[in-house]
Parts: sequence; structure tokens; C-alpha cells
Amino acid sequence: MNLSLLIIIPLLTAVGVLCCRESKQVRTISLLGAIVQLALSLFLLFQYSQSHVVTSSDMMFQSSYNWFKPLNINYHIGVDGISIAMILLTACIVVAGVLISWTTEKLSKEYFFLLMLLSVGAYGFFISLDLFTLFFFLEVAVIPKFLLIGIWGSGRKEYSAMKLVLMLMGGSALVFVGIAGLYWNASTWDILQIAQTPLPIHIQKIFFPFAFIGFGVFTALFPFHTWVPDGHSSAPTAASMFLAGISMKLGGYGCLRVATYLMPDAAHAYSWIIILLATIAIIYGAFATMMQTDLKYINAYSSVSHCGFVLLGIGMLTKTSINGAVLQMVSHGLMTALFFATIGMIYSRTHTRLVAQLGGLLKVTPFISTVFVIAGLCSLGLPGLSGFVAEMTVFMGSWQNPDKSYRLATILACASIVVTAVYILRATGKTIMGPISSTYETLNDARWNEKLAAGILIIGIVIIGVAPFLINQLIGPGTDEIVTKVLGTVNP
Amino acid sequence: MNYLILIPLLPFATSVLLGLFGRKYFKTSSGIIATASLLASAILSLVTAYNYFFVSGKVNGSYQKIIALQYNWLQFSPNVSIDMGIILDPISVMMIVIVTFISLMVHIFSWGYMKGETRFATYYAFLSLFTFSMLGLVLSSNIFQVYIFWELVGVSSYLLIGFYYNKPSAVAASKKAFIVTRFADFGFLIGILIMGFYGGTLDISTLIERLTSTQSTEFISISTASFLGISALTWGLTLVFIGGAGKSAMFPLHVWLPDAMEGPTPVSALIHAATMVVAGVYLVARLFPIFSMDIAALNIVTWVGASSALIAAVIACTQTDIKRVLAYSTMSQLGYMMFALGIARNEGESSVGYTASMFHLFTHAFFKSLLFLGAGAVIHLVHSNDMKDMGGLRKRMPLTHLSFLIACLAIAGIPPFAGFFSKEEILLAAFQTNKIIYFLALFTAALTAFYMFRLYFSIFWNNTSKSSKVFEAEHGHEGTISMKLPLIILSGCTLVAGFVPFSKFVTADGAPLETHFSIIFSIAPVVLSVLAILIAANLYKTHNEKPAKIAASLGTFYKVVTRKLYIDEAYVFITKKVIFNFLGRPAAWIDRNIIDGCVNGLAYVTATTSNAIKVVQSGRIQNYALYFFGGIAGLAIVFIYWWK
Repeated sequence: MNLSLLIIIPLLTAVGVLCCRESKQVRTISLLGAIVQLALSLFLLFQYSQSHVVTSSDMMFQSSYNWFKPLNINYHIGVDGISIAMILLTACIVVAGVLISWTTEKLSKEYFFLLMLLSVGAYGFFISLDLFTLFFFLEVAVIPKFLLIGIWGSGRKEYSAMKLVLMLMGGSALVFVGIAGLYWNASTWDILQIAQTPLPIHIQKIFFPFAFIGFGVFTALFPFHTWVPDGHSSAPTAASMFLAGISMKLGGYGCLRVATYLMPDAAHAYSWIIILLATIAIIYGAFATMMQTDLKYINAYSSVSHCGFVLLGIGMLTKTSINGAVLQMVSHGLMTALFFATIGMIYSRTHTRLVAQLGGLLKVTPFISTVFVIAGLCSLGLPGLSGFVAEMTVFMGSWQNPDKSYRLATILACASIVVTAVYILRATGKTIMGPISSTYETLNDARWNEKLAAGILIIGIVIIGVAPFLINQLIGPGTDEIVTKVLGTVNP
Repeated sequence: MNYLILIPLLPFATSVLLGLFGRKYFKTSSGIIATASLLASAILSLVTAYNYFFVSGKVNGSYQKIIALQYNWLQFSPNVSIDMGIILDPISVMMIVIVTFISLMVHIFSWGYMKGETRFATYYAFLSLFTFSMLGLVLSSNIFQVYIFWELVGVSSYLLIGFYYNKPSAVAASKKAFIVTRFADFGFLIGILIMGFYGGTLDISTLIERLTSTQSTEFISISTASFLGISALTWGLTLVFIGGAGKSAMFPLHVWLPDAMEGPTPVSALIHAATMVVAGVYLVARLFPIFSMDIAALNIVTWVGASSALIAAVIACTQTDIKRVLAYSTMSQLGYMMFALGIARNEGESSVGYTASMFHLFTHAFFKSLLFLGAGAVIHLVHSNDMKDMGGLRKRMPLTHLSFLIACLAIAGIPPFAGFFSKEEILLAAFQTNKIIYFLALFTAALTAFYMFRLYFSIFWNNTSKSSKVFEAEHGHEGTISMKLPLIILSGCTLVAGFVPFSKFVTADGAPLETHFSIIFSIAPVVLSVLAILIAANLYKTHNEKPAKIAASLGTFYKVVTRKLYIDEAYVFITKKVIFNFLGRPAAWIDRNIIDGCVNGLAYVTATTSNAIKVVQSGRIQNYALYFFGGIAGLAIVFIYWWK
């Protein structure tokens, strides 16, 4: 399959959207485009699993065009299982995001255009095998957020938009220093070539922190996470879903594919710092969530905690823990998108996100409430949903780390499941259960588009939760390759 | 053996069906659908039990573990994986029979009890989900599989306790139950990580095999590795036990159980009396061969169990909510099962505690669910949980009265009812191994008889304290046939369950065990129980001032016990005051003010700096010329000094 289609389709959709006149046409075209993307991703998965290279870690469907000769920049693309998992995640969230924004009337043309542009950035990022191209798409995925939050947002939207974009730009700047360092020393931007001949360790040690922290900003690495709560809470629903579901995953993927894979010795040397910061994020994020009163803040802070699992998995550097990190990225993407979608549904009906003002919604909006409970249960790690599989894989993998003192970090991370239960059940108990206020007695339940959006995400969550061996087979070879680079051999 | 998978899957399918479509299509028929599928499941369980115990289970005179099914679910590493499997051994076969049977009774009882409820279909969906999870738990062949179903059981319990979701107390109770057991599960999880790491597998049979032979490398590594001077084996087992203690409401993790009575009463009968709460006991029994390798862990099990039995019995004497009394009595009986496991050892004669514990689990399921269903019938009539609102009901509800009396006699340990035999066996085991435990258990047994008959007399006799609710009740009737039938069946079971030759079937090593039952030994507990019943009759059969006087004479002690030893208050203090104020609030504050303050501060500094230096770009050519020549002069100075 030609991977460039993954970029061309959303681009065409974006152009198509610009040519429309009415908002009805706009959303129809966007939905069509999103569905084609999802179909393409599923087809990609199908082809990948058919081609029987599932045991080898080679990049599939590669192609390369010279883009800028003087600096040897190539448009080199290709995918392995990890990228495919990420692409599927992106495709699901794009469809769900378009469906959730179905009733957007304000400047709907521009709104859907920017959403599509974001997805171009995400797809491009996940298929790039050239560091410069990768960086290019990373930037494409950042800029539209400024407008999305600034124009369609709520609350302190200008402040949040500015903060989010400046911090992410700061992250990108660090990333650029990191990859430029790789280029100077390896004189190529190509990920596969750099991976073949590792750089000397002292070079790695200089540039690893830039790349890792840079990408870490995206995935809420403590203490660079403060854009998360403000950004998410001010963003419109679909933008929140994209932000938490996809953008934060760009960071995790970058930490893995660029920082850890290309600078394995440095990853090894700095792993204790990563573990430390990740553990702080997990525990501290969980406790900070406990005190939040706004549903979006609750989910945003819990994202800080949950993304900590991604970083913990990467930092522990065992095969199982890195598998767990990838699983957690996918799981958290689906789950948090679902959560934001539900919060959006509740907000659009009740015009409040404050837990204290809500109550008893189960009586009038059973569908929305059930989805809320499912998202909550996934977040607190209920077996049968994706969160459990991902968290347990991270815990199991972390425990295998040969350094026994890191077990303290694992234990603390495990302890966070109790705190998660506390804040999720508090939020659920106050909003969904309890007596209902008379002002909410007449609310309508979810419409078809909302049901469909939630349905797609729930299907993803349940498939991973019930049949984790499927996704494990998909991502296994890719993580093997990375772990082999880091440790020389695959350790358990 | 292929039909085995249907035993858990039938309730699961029902739960999905009713959960998705029940509200629309099966509004009234959901009770029949759920019951029918469970009936099929129960019949299959009985067939399995027959096949296992009488046809295929026994090899060379002892019952074997049979892995009937295994499917790789999640591979962590080449050796370590979560496999979904079905294990058949005496305890799992016994458990599936109990779970499906009691669940069936509760399903039938609920037709009448939940009639007219708007979320009737949802109720049955949750009930089926619970049954599925519990069956999955007891059939698990992998310790992580146990954990998976453990959590599912927890969430079904959460959903059912919070079934009356618009009642704040029910919401609070469901939350409390989930969080307290979650805290215990955290221990369980770490325990699994430790055992899995040193054992090199998560498969229960392999784990037992490796960790019970003192020569195996796994055993040597787990018993030599230590942390804080305690071996990894003890750590692992104790942490796993903490998980079990949370589910089985052992002191001090029991606080959720009395509150869990906020759920519909049939749910309390099924989940919070007969099945889910025994999961902790079952877990210890499942890993018993490993526990028996470590005396320290077994001692913890013993003492936690014994103290829970005693504390719960003392508290039960002072409660007035009939479901809470029953909840504390459940906790007390679970304590019996737990310490019976703790005093048992793995081989021959000394393993009698294990058999006794399982036997008590078996009989307790019948009489405790009978008690709860009887209480449900009473509550259905009186519309109150408080025994002060009751009295003299024996004439209004003769069948409930009779079945409740049978169950009370059973739990009090009066022959020939079921509880007598199992409790006798536990006392015997205690007598042989640990005299202190024996006397504690004996005292608890007498207390049990006392508070159960206090309950019995307050509900069914004592008709001088007529309140308006009782008067109302006198015009009601006892309930539908669907509510009566389970009471009759369970009463029958309570009468005969004690005569099952249990030690022939369920033993620690699978080989039949000879128990030495002696009449002389059972005189002491029976006499004590009868005395306790007589005292209860004297105090509560008719309305009088004696109980109040006794309470007054006990003073502070009585008050402390009535307030459940202030354990709830201690928990509230720790969570609300300590954790929220010293962890949650500071984390949120630091984030908003210090970390975010740095970000905003950086932005502010940048903005101010650029404001300050933007005057440099004035656009005046003279200034630029000045900077230019100044720069050259500066560079010149630098170069001159550098060359020198």
C-alpha cells in the first residue's frame, strides 16, 4: 500500500472542505474523509498482517523521495507494528472527533479544515522515517491547535492557547536541537541508517536529553506538563480529543522512536532520571486530580498521571515494559478521547463542567452516563477494557528491571491505581449518580452522531481489553527491535 | 469437557444481552431469561461435580487438579503470560456448584422482591455479570486470571451496591466498598508481581509445584531474597493475603461490608454473604500449598482471621439494623474460615483445618443466604431495616419465621443443622493445634448464638414494641411464591448440608481424610450456644428494660462497640483529613502556583526583557552607528588582549 495516501486523503479532505459553502456539506465531506482514513488504516493493518513479516521488525511499505538535496533531506516513509497501532488510533479519533463536532456552526469550514490539518500532521509524523520530515509533521500538528483553542475554545482561551503553543514550540525547539545533533554526527537524517551505526556514547549523552525532554513536553513529562490542564480545559471538545488522544502520543512515540531507539546507550544511562520523573508524574498527577472540581481538569490531570505510565514503561527499558508503554499510548488515547467526548456531551447539555453542580444524570441521559462510567472504569483499570491490559503490562515489565531498587517506583505506580479509583468514583458518584437537580430533568440523551462517536472508541477499548494478544502481536516485533538496540539482546 | 466453558459464559451472554437490549425489549421477561440461563449453568455445574467427584477426578485414590482448558491471553515474556484457563479440583468444583446454586435462588427470589423496579433488566444484567465474574474467579488456572476476575467481581459489587443510584448513602457505600477493596487489591497485585517474578510463571499449578519443593531454584531464590529482613516468600504471601482480606472483609479492612448492605437485599444474600466475600478465603485455599511452606504467613492468616471473628461478633451484639447484624455475622464466620486455614498444615492429619474451612464455607453459603433472603422478605413487608420497627412477625410470616429459625439454629451450631458440623470441625482443628485460638473461637461461637437469637426474637417475637410500621405490615402478606420457594429450598439444604461426608471429597492434598468426630468434644460448644440462646430469649423475647440496663451498666465500652470501635471514623480521618490535606491539596497547590508559576514567570520575564531591550531598535541611524563603533571598539579590545 502506498503510505502517502494517509497524508493525501486528509489533505484532499481539507481542500474539499475549503471549497464548500454550507456547513452541512463541510461536515459531510469531513466525515467521508475521516471514514476513508479509517478504512485505509484498517486496510493497512490487514495488508501488514497478511504479508507474514509479523515476526520480523522490518519497516514495511517503504518509499523514499529526495526532498532537499543540499541537506540530504528525504521524504522517507515506512511503518512497523507500532506505527500502525498509532495510525489506527489516530484514524479512530479523527472519525469520533468529526462526529462529535457535528453541530459546530461557528466558522465550521475553518474548524474542520484545521482538524484535518492536524490529522495530516499526525499521520505524517507516525509514518516518517526521516528525522527532518518527522519534525516537519510535528510542527504541522502543533500550529492548528493555537487557532482551534483561540477561536472555538472556552474560558481563558487566549491564555491557554498561547501557553499550550509556546510550551509545545519550546518542546519542538529542543527536539530540533536533538535531531540536528544526530544529523551533524551521523550526517544523515534517516532513522534506519542512524540506528544501524550507533553514535559514540558521549555524543548520545549530549543530545538525548534534548530529544527526550522535547518530546516529553508533548507527553506531559513532569515538570513540563502544565500546558495539559489549561490547554485541554479551554479547547473545544474535538480539539481536546485530538490533543489528549493524538498529540500527547506524538510525544510518547517520539521518545521511543527517536530518543530511545537512536540513542540507546544514553537511554540506558539516563533511565533513572526518566523513571524518577515518570513516577513523580504518576503519583503527583493522581493526587492533583483528586482535588479538581472541573470534569475537564479531572481528565487532564489524570492524563498527566496516565502518560506517566508511558514514560515509566520507556524508562524501565525491558521488553515487556516498552510493550506496555505502547499499549498505554493506544489505550490512553482511546480512553481519554472517549472521556473528553462524554464531558463535551454533558457540557453541551448542562452548560457546566463543575462536578458540584451536576448530579443524577443517569436518570435522564442513560446513554451518556453509561459511556461516562465506561470511560471511568477504563481509566481506573477495569479488566476487559484497555487500561487494565496496558497498566498491568507496564507493571509486569517494570518489575523485571534488573535493578531491584526501581521496584519502589513500580510499587508507587501501582499505588496510583487506588488514587485513580478515588477520583474516578468521586466524579462518577457526583455527576452520574446521586439525586438529580430539577433543572436537568428535561435533558435529551445522546444523538446518533454522539452515539456513533462513543461507539467507535468503546469498540477499540473493548477489543484491546478483551483480546490483548491481537495488539501484542502487532506491536511485539517493533518493540523487540528497540529493546534489542538498547540492551544488545532481548531480555524478558 | 467442552461444556465447561458454558458455565461462566452463559451468565456472561445473558448480562451482555440484558445490558444492551434489556431496557427496550426484555423489560419484564429479563427475570425469566436470566434465571433460565443460570439454571442451565447450574445444571452443568452439577454434572461437572458429579463427573469430577464420582467419575473422572480421582486418580490413585486422590483427587487431581485438571486443567480443562487453557488459552494464551496476554504474553508478557516467553515464560510469563496470562493464560485464561479452567482448573478443576475439589474446591473449584465445589465453588461452582455453590455459586450457581445460590445465584439461582437469588435470581428466583428477585422476581418478587424487585418487582415493579424500573431498572429490572439492568438489575438482572448486573446479577448475571456478577455470577460470570465469580465463576471465572473460582475456575481460574492462572493467578493473574484470578486478579482479573477479582476486579470484575469488585466492579459488579460496586454496581449492585449502588443500584439505587439516586440515594446518596448507596452511592457512598458503593464507592467505599470499591476503594477499600481496591486498596487491598494493590497489595494483591504487588504480591502477584513478587510471586510471578521469583516463580517465573503465573500459572497456579506450576507455581505451586515450584514453590513447594524446597530443592527447586525458584523456592531457594524466593526464600533467600529478603527485604527488611523478611523473606520474599513471606512478603508475597502476605501481600496476596491482604488482597484476600480486603474482599473477605477481614479486620481492619472490613469497613466496607456493613455499608454494602445499601444494595438490594437479594444482592446482599448473594454477594455480600454467600459468594463474593468468600473469595478471599478461596484465594488462600487455592494457594494453600504455598502458604503451608511459610509459617509466618500462616500465622498472619490465623490471627487476622481469629481477631476478625471475635471483633465482628462483639460488634454484632450491639447493632440494630438487621442487615448490619447479618453483615457482621458474615464477617465473623469468614474469620472462622480464615483462621481454620491458618492453623492447617499441608499433610495428613494436620490438614483438617483446611477441610473444615471449606466445609464451613459450604454450609455457611446456605444458611447465610437463607438468613439474608429471610431478612429480605421481612424488609419487603415492613419497609424498614431497623429491628426496632419489627416484632411479633412470626404469625404474619410463618414460612419466613420457620426458615429464619432454622438458619439461626444452623449458624449457632445446634445439631443437627449444617453449621454445627462445620463449626465442630473447625473447633476440633483449633483444639488440636492452638488452644488460645480454640478458646477465642468457643467464646465467639457463644456470642454468635447470642446475637443471632437477639435478632430472631426481636423480629419475630417481642410484639409489645409495636410501631406503626409493624401495624402496616400486618395488613401486608408474606410475598409471592417466587420469594417463598428459595426459602423452602435453602431451608432444606441447611438441614441436610451438614451430613455431606465432606472430608472424603475436599482435602488439602486430594486424598480422603479420616476425621475423628466425638460427641464428648462437641458438648462444650453446644451447651454454651444453648445458654447464649436462653439468655437472648430472656432479654429479647418480650419487651423489657433489661437490655437497656445492661447497656447502661457497660457504659463506655458499650458505646465504643455500638460505634463500631470508631474504625470508620479513623478511616474518615485518614482519608479526608490526612490524605486530602497533606497529599492532594499540596499537589494541586504546587502545580498551580509553583510549577505553573515558573511557566508564567518565564513568560513574564521574557516579555519584560523584550520590552526593555526593544528601545535598542529605535530606528535612529545615529544610535545604530554608535552601537556599531562601540562593538568594533569592544571587539578590538578583546582581540588585543587575546593576542597578547
